[in-house]
Amino acid sequence: MSEAATNPYRTSLRSAADWGLVAVALPALVALVLPLGSLNGAPVGWLGGTMAPLFLIGVVLAVIAGRSAPKRVWGAWAELAGVALAWLLPFHLLKEGLDLSAGWGLWLFLVAATLLLWRVMGVLAGVPGGIRSVVVPGLFGLGLLVGWEVLVRGFQVPAILLPPPSRIAAALAANAPVLWDDFRQTVLTSVLRGYVMGCGAGFLVAILADRVPFLARGLLPLGNLASAIPVVGIAPIMVMWFGFDWQSKAAVIVVMTFFPMLINTLAGLGNSERIQLDLMRSYAAGYGRTLVKLRLPNALPFLFNGLKINSTLALIGAIVAEFFGTPVVGMGFRISTEVARMNLDIVWATIAVAALTGSGLYGALALLERATTAWHPSMRRR
Amino acid sequence: MRLLVSDLTHRYDDLTVLDGIDLTLAEGEILAVIGPSGCGKSTLLGIAGGIVAPTSGSIRVEGEVPDGCLNPITFIFQDFALLPWRTVEDNIALVLEHHKLSAAERRERVDSGLRRMGLSEFRNALPKQLSGGMRQRVGIARALAVRPAMLLLDEPLSALDAQTRELLMDDFLELWRREKTTALYVTHNLDEALRLADRVCVLSRRPGRIRELVTIEVPRERRQEPSAQAHLAEVRGRLWHLMKAEAQMADREIARA
Repeated sequence: MSEAATNPYRTSLRSAADWGLVAVALPALVALVLPLGSLNGAPVGWLGGTMAPLFLIGVVLAVIAGRSAPKRVWGAWAELAGVALAWLLPFHLLKEGLDLSAGWGLWLFLVAATLLLWRVMGVLAGVPGGIRSVVVPGLFGLGLLVGWEVLVRGFQVPAILLPPPSRIAAALAANAPVLWDDFRQTVLTSVLRGYVMGCGAGFLVAILADRVPFLARGLLPLGNLASAIPVVGIAPIMVMWFGFDWQSKAAVIVVMTFFPMLINTLAGLGNSERIQLDLMRSYAAGYGRTLVKLRLPNALPFLFNGLKINSTLALIGAIVAEFFGTPVVGMGFRISTEVARMNLDIVWATIAVAALTGSGLYGALALLERATTAWHPSMRRR
Repeated sequence: MRLLVSDLTHRYDDLTVLDGIDLTLAEGEILAVIGPSGCGKSTLLGIAGGIVAPTSGSIRVEGEVPDGCLNPITFIFQDFALLPWRTVEDNIALVLEHHKLSAAERRERVDSGLRRMGLSEFRNALPKQLSGGMRQRVGIARALAVRPAMLLLDEPLSALDAQTRELLMDDFLELWRREKTTALYVTHNLDEALRLADRVCVLSRRPGRIRELVTIEVPRERRQEPSAQAHLAEVRGRLWHLMKAEAQMADREIARA
């Protein structure tokens, strides 16, 4: 408002009407004349005895507060409270025992709430610092989880097809000791050892291939070949070669991670500029000193690229390999046996553990990369 | 240190870039080498610095190495060649790291380089935080840290804007006033040659041959004075006449190829 007053050039429609808010209000208004759900087969409207009107009033107040806030960002926080309140409504209705699958009024109302969230996120994404880099992705993830929960419970999707997140969380808590044992076997034993061996071997062979040109010429085509090898083909063979325990899983991981690391390291070693190499030569630096002081630091962004790709490959490799034989523990073993027993909650909990582990490994590597290659042009603050 | 080049020829496969170069660089002399693009100026410098092996001919370095000199023949590069992950002082220290020096001497060499180039307050900055002129000052400070006996400068000011170039030329003049370091200065800029050099060597287009060696009679310190301008203008005219013909023909040959 004050901006329009002080800036005579900004007299467009933007300041005349808030079209974004109009887009939010339209579905919300239509929603008011449609039922929220049904109770024992009879439709229940907004004034059908639930506390729905209170939620509606709360959301409207939040939007009004957001519009009249002196700063756009404060307004966004007020609107965010309105969004949260709107998405709490279906939980209240479920508690009242309503069947939501025919409640088009509720679903349209939630569409409007999602549009409002879109507006809020648009504002918050423009705020520099922790809000943009932590709060916005956090809200995004939370929104997905809440949407999943509400849709699955509202439309009564059978848990065998897709359980709501709350049920997966409950399964996680209830089976924590088993899941922890699986995690220890798969991640802390197989993945870490295989990952270190595969990446280490790829790195060392790359340094050798960099000195011995025919090795590079011979190995690079093999890299393409190896990346096309199906895990489900190589895994049973490795189990036959190396037995049921972690050794066979590590072997699968080595096969999967060796070439990505080799190729990235080789590319990184070739990343030094001519003039930097001339500098080292003109100060009489030999191969070893040039490698340590110039070429490896220059290769760091490439090394991290290989390490990050491999962190997820290693986890997938270990889990798939466990399908083909393992001691009676491990994430892949858990998935294959519990699927057979239709125990899908534990399967989903294991998937959640795997996903969190994968992104945790990746995130840790990304942080390490940021700390060690802050000098690199690709690491400008975003 | 003196540099003696005789009958030097260099080929890349079938391409002759330098042909029969004879050149002597006296102790403490600054020789500018100018010529059109692609005439082999940088190759000549690489050969003098020992990072390119010539196809034929001989190159010799004679004379005393001063006390404390760690790298007698030292380059200063056009694109500075700084390591982006090292701070200013670590970039300078890079060239000292493999020498057996006491910690105090190491620090003294880095500090004096920083001080002389006016970099003391930027010692912990990364190269990407510095202007082009400041980066080249780091390059110069790094070269000075080894107390060189001969400097090989490969178009050291070409990547900089006009004002920065003037400032750095003053830095070079100050450097050569205090230390009589022999220098081979490759450039395509006549102003730099006329400000800094004792003699100017004009190379022909490829294959590079010496067209002429011109001596600038006015000492470096007096070249800004009005009385020197007539002579400088005459030298400039002669150099430009030589360069212009070569540059035009080189241009046409590039267009044809």
